[in-house]
Amino acid sequence: MSFEPWQCAEVAATKKANPITKPEVVIALIKKAAHPVLVVGSNATERYMEEKLLIEYLIDFAKASKIPVVATAHMVGEFLKRGYEPAGYMSAMDIGNRLVDPEWQGIDGKGPHDLALFIGLPYYMESLILSGLKHFALDLKTITLDNLYHPHASWSFPNATLEEWSHNLKIMTSKFEGRQ
Amino acid sequence: MPSLTQQTKLKRLEENDIASKSSWSCSLLSRKEVHLKIGELKTDVGLVKNLEFSIGKMHEETWTEPMGPTPFPSLTTLREWDMKLLNRYKPFYLPDCDLCCLCTFGKCDLTAGKRGACGLDIAAQSSRIVLLACSIGAATHTAHARHVVDHLIEKYGHQHPIDVGGLNVKVEAPVTRLVTGTKPETLGDLEDVLEYCERQITHCLSAAHTGQEGNYLDFESKAFHAGMVDQVGMEVADIAQISALNFPKADPEAPLIQMGIGTVDTSKPVIMCIGHNVVPSVGIIDYMKENKLDDKMEVVGLCCTAFDNTRYYDRAKIVGPISWQLRFIRGGFADVVVLDEQCVRTDVSSEAERVKAPVIAASEKNCMGFRNRTNDPADEIVSDLVSGKTLGVLILDPEKVGEVAVKVARQIAPIRRKYSNLPKIGEIKKLAKKCRQCNMCQRSCPQDLGIPAALKAAADGSLTELADLYACCIGCGRCEEACPDKLPIHSFIVKAGERQMVEETNYCRAGRGAIQDVEIRNVGSPIVLGEIPGILAVVGCSNYPKGGKDVYEICREFANRRFIVVTSGCSAMSAGSYKNADGKTLYEEFSGEFAAGNVLNVGSCVANSHIAGAAIKVASIFAKRNLRGNYEEIADYIYNRVGAVGLAWGAYSQKAASIAAGFWRLGVPVLVGPHGSKYRRMLLGRADKKEEWEVYDARTGDKVNVGPAPEHLFQTVETPEEAMVAIAKLSMRPNDTWKGRSIKLSHYIDLHKRLYGTIPNDLDLFVRTQADVPVTMKDEITKILEAKEWKETVIPDPTLLPRLIRKKKE
Repeated sequence: MSFEPWQCAEVAATKKANPITKPEVVIALIKKAAHPVLVVGSNATERYMEEKLLIEYLIDFAKASKIPVVATAHMVGEFLKRGYEPAGYMSAMDIGNRLVDPEWQGIDGKGPHDLALFIGLPYYMESLILSGLKHFALDLKTITLDNLYHPHASWSFPNATLEEWSHNLKIMTSKFEGRQ
Repeated sequence: MPSLTQQTKLKRLEENDIASKSSWSCSLLSRKEVHLKIGELKTDVGLVKNLEFSIGKMHEETWTEPMGPTPFPSLTTLREWDMKLLNRYKPFYLPDCDLCCLCTFGKCDLTAGKRGACGLDIAAQSSRIVLLACSIGAATHTAHARHVVDHLIEKYGHQHPIDVGGLNVKVEAPVTRLVTGTKPETLGDLEDVLEYCERQITHCLSAAHTGQEGNYLDFESKAFHAGMVDQVGMEVADIAQISALNFPKADPEAPLIQMGIGTVDTSKPVIMCIGHNVVPSVGIIDYMKENKLDDKMEVVGLCCTAFDNTRYYDRAKIVGPISWQLRFIRGGFADVVVLDEQCVRTDVSSEAERVKAPVIAASEKNCMGFRNRTNDPADEIVSDLVSGKTLGVLILDPEKVGEVAVKVARQIAPIRRKYSNLPKIGEIKKLAKKCRQCNMCQRSCPQDLGIPAALKAAADGSLTELADLYACCIGCGRCEEACPDKLPIHSFIVKAGERQMVEETNYCRAGRGAIQDVEIRNVGSPIVLGEIPGILAVVGCSNYPKGGKDVYEICREFANRRFIVVTSGCSAMSAGSYKNADGKTLYEEFSGEFAAGNVLNVGSCVANSHIAGAAIKVASIFAKRNLRGNYEEIADYIYNRVGAVGLAWGAYSQKAASIAAGFWRLGVPVLVGPHGSKYRRMLLGRADKKEEWEVYDARTGDKVNVGPAPEHLFQTVETPEEAMVAIAKLSMRPNDTWKGRSIKLSHYIDLHKRLYGTIPNDLDLFVRTQADVPVTMKDEITKILEAKEWKETVIPDPTLLPRLIRKKKE
């Protein structure tokens, strides 16, 4: 486990993400948040863990946590295909741009989001969007649920293996389901 | 005793001198020829003190079109227009770095609202970086144009006429006419245009100095300015070379050119030209032809030089886009490597050394540390290069480049025998066992390719996994730099993918150059009314997220949807690098005419100006709007009426940034692939803010809400599926007739359903009247509109410019 940017050159952050050492930290942050949102990128159908696609883990997690999901790129179709309707879909840049607007009433119209969780975007794109939010969305906290350390997030998991990643996602889901 | 070539050159210079002098008689001076200063002059009439005057350019005025309000615009002339766009498409900044390191006050931490020692905040700093990128891009194209124009004037004279398409192209330089208000008729006329560009780029660059511009929107406006100037510079470069070097002149049937590593006849000596500036290549091709060696040698090109070589000589071949440099050199195919300018790997000399291929640097901008041998006898240079006494030379005389390159290639080819630097299969399997699985290769790979797993498989005896990386690898070589064991990973990938490499045998249409006036007349009406669903310009570099096939598939999708698909640069190569079920490349499958359902390659980077030119000519030729020095009005026309969209799926360079900026100012939206997010700033509209989408109806002066058409001016898209849906959506314009909007909506809905698995949730923003609704989807859409409490609105005569309102409100 390493809290270094996954892509070696992404080092230009003076304010670096707090390390998430165990999934319970994420649970606590989500429970503390008034209005979280989960942003899911196109790698959701590119990453396999234990013969299961990332998107399937995320559907389980979203259902358990009841966090509204914003699907980026063409992921909305992938969610719908699996019987889950995200709260909204738009380009990754659009959701980033809306999150910096303190007057935006959120993907579900229930008010501004105070916590945004990101997962499954191309690393460099996600890094840049997290940077934009760090600089311009001062009332927003960000968490990346990827298995790659993102210095521009408020909180990030370390670089981890697929096994560790799937374990973390399963733990988080089960905590919300009240199974653990 | 001067050589034959030198004698010819001297003779040409004399002719040029005569041509220059004769130009006086027709009152066309090319430079500030006369400057007179008199301190004190006593005459019979009186005393004159401190009289100073200079005679600059005097035009013989033959162009009767009235001058518009903004000829030769300065940094701020079009600021108001820029702000109209920037208030609608506000910047969303994605700082790549929290710091500013540009002056010795710094480094300054600008995180989350902090200001630096100079007072700048992160928004302004980010926009400053955008301005710098656009200025570098504009300077690069303009300097390229300057070199080409100076060289061609030296060779052909100031009076050589501009001719980009004979009688088929009367508006020969639409961008130049629009921006400067001048109509260049000769090569000499282009000098003044370039002087304007050079001045403006200097101003743009100076604004980025510490303690100059401080507002982010003003930085953005200046970036737009740099982009506009860039379009002029590009146009000058291309129309000069088309005119003087007899490139295809707006030819829809420009020849099909062999493309791909597999097309190169390696039994012959091979000269490989890399870069963008055709001038040294012309020297090579001319020498080869003069000495009847054209059947005995191969001249191949990489990146835009490849295109311009083939526009000059249709037996030249295109190896492929910029990212093919390492694989072609390491594969040992090239006997001599000739470098001109732009996008050249700066380590070419060391790479070429490993395969014993001499290098000739042929541009002042790119000397590579080589000794300048321009004034040495050609045979002496040849001898030094063939013997290995020197690995590379700088030669700034293109004719000498030609002689040396050809002679060296012929002499060294039998010695080199295509010496390759690629490892043997057995070596790969052996070396792969050294891999520690530290992941540094993958963590350094821009594509995040699964290299460690592929190396593990190689160590276990299978090269399939490495071969699978070949198509997605952009050839940067960062994996090798990162490897603690210095494994030649890129070479492993190339060797494993060797079969794919040598099977690359495709066709690309040579760059046709401008669009004919008659083609514009034929499509002007259906474009403006929306019946041709859009013009898709697929341009730029090859920094693709998953290989070039996405470019091919996007082009084919939209050609089949009867868009006009225009390509240029490395994207044009990628578009032609795949075949359909009948074994035909895109350029064989589709016609090269500027018409619905066709795919046409305009040419190299600088030929991008013809795409802007086509949009401008729709306003000028079809709609008969005054073009001359009338930027705002023409941009307003294009923005509201011409459904053009740019896609730079693999954009990587500063030039790509300035090209995009030129289109932004013209009101044309540009999409970039995921790596384009690294330009660090998007220009995004807010579809959810209805109040931001009003235009004036020029007929009445009423404000009309036209919806988010187009929604964004600059946006990164993540996947090809997203790109396709976005292209269809961004093609809508306020002026679309109901029939046109209905067609555009059909494409948008169809692609959305197919690729997103659902009907769009924003149709209420794009349906203006019931007639807009595609007939075959009426029931489905009507239900959606009812649920959203949609209300019908009018289709205006749209404009953002109050001065264009014909009937003012009381």
